[in-house]
Amino acid sequence: MDWINILIQGGLLGGFYALFAIGLSMSFGIMRLVNIAHGDLIVLAAYVAMVVIQGTGLSPFASLIIVVPVMFVLGYALQRGLLNQTLSGGLLPPLLVTFGISIIIQNGLLQIFGAYDHRLQEGSIETESLKFLGSLDIGVYPLLVFAVAVLAIAGLQLLFYQTRLGRAFRAVSDDADTAELMGIDNRKLYALALGIAMIFTAIAGVLFGIRTIFAPSAGPIRLILAFEAVIVGGLGSMWGTLIGGMVLGIAQAVGAALNPTWQILAGHLAFLAILIVRPSGLFPRTTD
Amino acid sequence: MTLLRTRNLSAFYGDFQALFSINVTVEEGETVAIIGANGAGKTTFLRSVAGAIGTAPEMVLFDGHPIGGKTPHEIVRLGIAMVPEGRRLFPSLSVEENLLLGTHSERTGPWNLKRVYELFPRLFDLRQLPAPALSGGQQQMAAVGRGLMSNPRLLLCDELSLGLAPVIIRDIYQCLAAITAEGTTVVLVEQDINRALDASARFYCFQEGRLALTAPTKDFDRDAITAAYFGL
Repeated sequence: MDWINILIQGGLLGGFYALFAIGLSMSFGIMRLVNIAHGDLIVLAAYVAMVVIQGTGLSPFASLIIVVPVMFVLGYALQRGLLNQTLSGGLLPPLLVTFGISIIIQNGLLQIFGAYDHRLQEGSIETESLKFLGSLDIGVYPLLVFAVAVLAIAGLQLLFYQTRLGRAFRAVSDDADTAELMGIDNRKLYALALGIAMIFTAIAGVLFGIRTIFAPSAGPIRLILAFEAVIVGGLGSMWGTLIGGMVLGIAQAVGAALNPTWQILAGHLAFLAILIVRPSGLFPRTTD
Repeated sequence: MTLLRTRNLSAFYGDFQALFSINVTVEEGETVAIIGANGAGKTTFLRSVAGAIGTAPEMVLFDGHPIGGKTPHEIVRLGIAMVPEGRRLFPSLSVEENLLLGTHSERTGPWNLKRVYELFPRLFDLRQLPAPALSGGQQQMAAVGRGLMSNPRLLLCDELSLGLAPVIIRDIYQCLAAITAEGTTVVLVEQDINRALDASARFYCFQEGRLALTAPTKDFDRDAITAAYFGL
């Protein structure tokens, strides 16, 4: 029963990693943008939530009403004003520019908020748990995060496969030049894509801030986890990203059960093992 | 009335000049063919008109207005649709989704899904399939249909016959008659001279980026075309 418990905890943790990864997966899938600043944007969202909570007295969950639109606008403006300029020059310019954004966010946060650890307080839901079959103990909060990840991915699938906007996203992902010839304004579409990706970044940031302490330097480790989830799942596949997150989460949980210091290492080893066996991930969709 | 006019149209790929002072005029409602050997600049001409290659504004006039240098998505909205060489359907979209992509021009007119399926009945049965599952001829029909869905005033067709069996080419060119019957103006780029001349009222022959010959197709002189085509 202990092992079943470990697998379940690990799987639920994977929902968290999938939430981290959704924005990254979207911006890579649609505009081939490798966003090095993604982890820092997650942390930035947590800080924005903190400011909103301090200013308005809202709870962290309720603060999303403000944090989500703020991050959407930030994403839209970032793509429209800056990242679109980098897309025609090959792979390197967007990498360098997002790397720069990452440094700016980290140091900006350090300047304004200092190097202190912060946390968002959501109250008793953080520690409540449900008992199943006598000995299975499942935390309400990890379950909620996992459910949010599943709903987020299901919502995105609906967007991609059932709407006109989603059709345009897929067409641009296939062949941006031809999409432009069909009347799609790629630059506007890319801006919308990063805006939508940042909605999920905002949600991930707030849920992250409730779960653990965060500081200005917390971004890069979230970025690595997000990258690993996307790559394990296979580029371009949203459900693959969820599975990828769960693989990492389970590997970490198993590692931690064997020896508490092995938790992070076990996740990275699982990632490397999958990279060796299936270099394009478990469910690859994007071909280039 | 003149729908499309290029004035001293020149186009470059980096330092390489692909078109030299091309003057082409297309009247509303007519079908014009552009022929020429490989590398003559035919596709470059279409891509310049469609906005995929930047030009000076006054080099391309559409309905009397300068459109050179506008982006492709702006030009589609004005009513110029492109059926690109090699079809270029979106592989992860179904046939019907590919057709619906044409509606992003946000233009209204005679063409909609129903009319396209009437024109190409086979596409109706295949509409749920992913585009790469279709045969070459069916893909070409879908590509033409996608162009029509944007309800263009001017349809640019790049190498409709490329890689297709003669019987399929004949089918597609028969459908072209139904398209022009709606009043749509068509510019055809073809390497298949006979096919192009049969379908058009006038032709332009390009050679190494320059205009070598232009004439109505009904009184063309085959030797003159051969000379212009090969630069003999």
